[in-house]
Amino acid sequence: MKVGTVVGTVVSTISSPVFDGRKLLLCDLLDADGNPEGGYLIAVDVVDAGVGEKVLILDEGNSARQIVGLDTAPIRAVVVGIVDETTMDS
Amino acid sequence: MQLGRVVGTVVATVKTPGLEGVKFLIVQPLDRHQEPNGRPVVAADGVHMAGPGELVYIVGSREAAQALPNTFVPVDHAIVGIVDQVSS
Repeated sequence: MKVGTVVGTVVSTISSPVFDGRKLLLCDLLDADGNPEGGYLIAVDVVDAGVGEKVLILDEGNSARQIVGLDTAPIRAVVVGIVDETTMDS
Repeated sequence: MQLGRVVGTVVATVKTPGLEGVKFLIVQPLDRHQEPNGRPVVAADGVHMAGPGELVYIVGSREAAQALPNTFVPVDHAIVGIVDQVSS
C-alpha cells in the first residue's frame, strides 16, 4: 500500500463498464517524510475522499477486484482509506 | 492506473490465440501534468473506441488482460478509459 495526496479527479465517459458510477482520483505519491516523490496514480475511490486529503492507496489487482466485488475488473489502484496521521520513529 | 496519450497503432495479423480482434495502440505514458514520461508502450484497447491523439488512462500488468473479452491472454497494458477532463 502507498500513501498519497489527492490532487484531482479524472472524468471519463467512455470506459470499461466497471468504472461506471465510480470516482477516479488523481493521487500524488508521497515518500516517508510526506513529500511528493514524483510519481502518481489514478485510483478508484471507495471511501469518498476529496482533493487535498492524504489517502491510503492499494496498488494490487487481486485485492482491488475483491474490493469492487468483480473478479474480472481491470482495476489495480484503489483509495482504501483516509490518513489521519503518519509518524516515523526517529 | 496512469494517464497516456495515444500516439500510434500497431497492426499484427499473426497473433497468439485469444487476441484476435483486439486493437493495439501505441500509448505514451504521461505524468500528472500530462507531459510525456518514459517510453511508449503498446496497449490493448479495452474500450474499443480510443483513437489517435486521445487522452486515456491505462492499466498495467496482469489487470490489463481483464479489460478484454477473453481475460486469459498475454497482454500487459490496456486502455480502460478515455479521459474527458482532469481537474485539479
